[in-house]
Amino acid sequence: MIRDRRPPSAHHVRTASGPMIGSLQALLLAFPVALFPAALVSDITYLNTAEMQWSNFSAWLLAGGELFTGLLLIGAFVTLVRSGRSGYGGRALIYFLVVLLLFAVGLVNSFQHSRDAWWSVETLGLVLSVAGALLALVAGFIGYSARAAHEVVHDREIAR
Amino acid sequence: MNLRAMLSRTAAVVPVAALSLLLSACGNAGPDVDQTGPDPVLPPQSDALLPAMNIATPAGWDGDLPTVPQGFAITPLATGLKIPRQMLVLPNGDILVAEGAGGHAPALRPKDVIAGYIKGKGKTSVKGGDRVSLLRDADGDGQAELVSEFITGLDAPYGLAYADGAIYVANQDNLMRFPYQEGQTRIAAPGEIVAKLPSRINHHWTKAMTASADGSRLYVGIGSNSNVGERGMEVEEDRAVIWEIDPQTGMHRQLVSGIRNPTALAINPADDALWAVVNERDELGAQLVPDYLTRIRDGAFYGWPYSYWGQHVDPRVRPRRPDLVEQAVVPDYSLGSHRAPLGLAFADGGAWGQRFASGAFIGEHGSWNREDLAGYKVVWVPFTGASPSGKPVDVVTGFIGDDGHARGRPVGVAWDAQRSALLIADDVSNTVWRVTYGAAVPTPATVPARTAAMAD
Repeated sequence: MIRDRRPPSAHHVRTASGPMIGSLQALLLAFPVALFPAALVSDITYLNTAEMQWSNFSAWLLAGGELFTGLLLIGAFVTLVRSGRSGYGGRALIYFLVVLLLFAVGLVNSFQHSRDAWWSVETLGLVLSVAGALLALVAGFIGYSARAAHEVVHDREIAR
Repeated sequence: MNLRAMLSRTAAVVPVAALSLLLSACGNAGPDVDQTGPDPVLPPQSDALLPAMNIATPAGWDGDLPTVPQGFAITPLATGLKIPRQMLVLPNGDILVAEGAGGHAPALRPKDVIAGYIKGKGKTSVKGGDRVSLLRDADGDGQAELVSEFITGLDAPYGLAYADGAIYVANQDNLMRFPYQEGQTRIAAPGEIVAKLPSRINHHWTKAMTASADGSRLYVGIGSNSNVGERGMEVEEDRAVIWEIDPQTGMHRQLVSGIRNPTALAINPADDALWAVVNERDELGAQLVPDYLTRIRDGAFYGWPYSYWGQHVDPRVRPRRPDLVEQAVVPDYSLGSHRAPLGLAFADGGAWGQRFASGAFIGEHGSWNREDLAGYKVVWVPFTGASPSGKPVDVVTGFIGDDGHARGRPVGVAWDAQRSALLIADDVSNTVWRVTYGAAVPTPATVPARTAAMAD
């Protein structure tokens, strides 16, 4: 969310090849990227052992992941709104939708994990945890990537 | 573009939409099937993502009174108590009231934090007294002239018994004996610890207690440490059981097991058998699992957590134990689901007329895990001889006001046989209520010795 303070002009497009998101959003993104896959691992361990503590770990990991994904969602929305000017249009939209979906999946999964004993995970919990882990990793890939070479070339062509 | 407006709209709409989608899937409580009696209808289990939650938030009585049947009268025997829960009528007519609150189980999951907050909304703001008070209504006008701190420094002392000339108190972690002389209004002597009671975590902290008819044994109910084993089965050692304790030695033996939360115990005067009311598990739907009243059969296993109402397997418990499910005993009498029976008192003698000739009063604290409020009243289960016969009858109602708020919540009940009065502890309005039948006349012979002498 580093602000581009240069005056907007029809010909100007930012051509830096830095990441799409600012450092604050990058910090928020780090949590779901770490916590959702961790929840998946502890879910698998629970299903293998029926040891309740693993399900408890999952519940807290998901709650933490959900909290930061909620904050991240605001950041992703700001990125989306600003994307027209920054030249990240398509990617910012996909990124926002992935974070939104992650938030929804994480919410349902948190409810699932609030049920008691075996029902706190079972098949639905595992499926949601797999989905959450994948979505978090995808969000990380998109969010942290520098702009692809063809995007930069494309932008330079426009600038010229 | 108004960014702030768009942001707030997105932030508000997304969770609300997701929530309403989930709630619409699980809010349907279904038809209110009759689940009382020996053979309740047990609908299929609901696996809704979010449990239905509805708790009546407190509001005062504002001079109003609970509703009693025609021909009966109700008065507040004592008010301003500190979370009154259970009562004991002493031989001289004095009434002991256990006051206090337990529940220091740590939050293990995010859910525990949220559920604790929601259940807390149905409670009084008064801090528990952790004491036993003595009430004396010598003139029998339904108002206690004397309210005295009988024993202090206790810890959620929900179990009270009088045996062998001594007062026994079951705290949430131990069983204590206090020396007692008739007419005493305060016990200053430090109690003697008879036995330690299981208290690790104490998810269900109530230690219900009663003495056998001959006073030689004490029975103590020890509730489970979870709803259905979600804290792990290793913390359920010595939980969901009833102990028989020898008050002389403090030695105990396990009488029954798999009995999720036996919140009140009482002896049926018809045959001196031990009975219990039991709070069953949550989050399987509005009509599961029925709370029950049952005779305690030595050695019986009542199914928790593996099954309910006999062999109905609870799929939430792993590893499964078909060997135990096979042995599970069917309880005697269903009170309906999520009613939270916390009080049990037998009455016989027919002082309240033929309708209440023989049976048991049950205080139903009321539900949180269903949309329609259930319980929040005192019912009567008629008995023929040693067994229940017929449907429960509402005795004291009106705890939920017209506005849906709880003006009170009944907990313990006690039958004052000498005065033919029903006593009800109300832990929201912090009152002990006394119900009498119009025809019943206070009998002067039963007033405490000192007052009786003055009356002469």
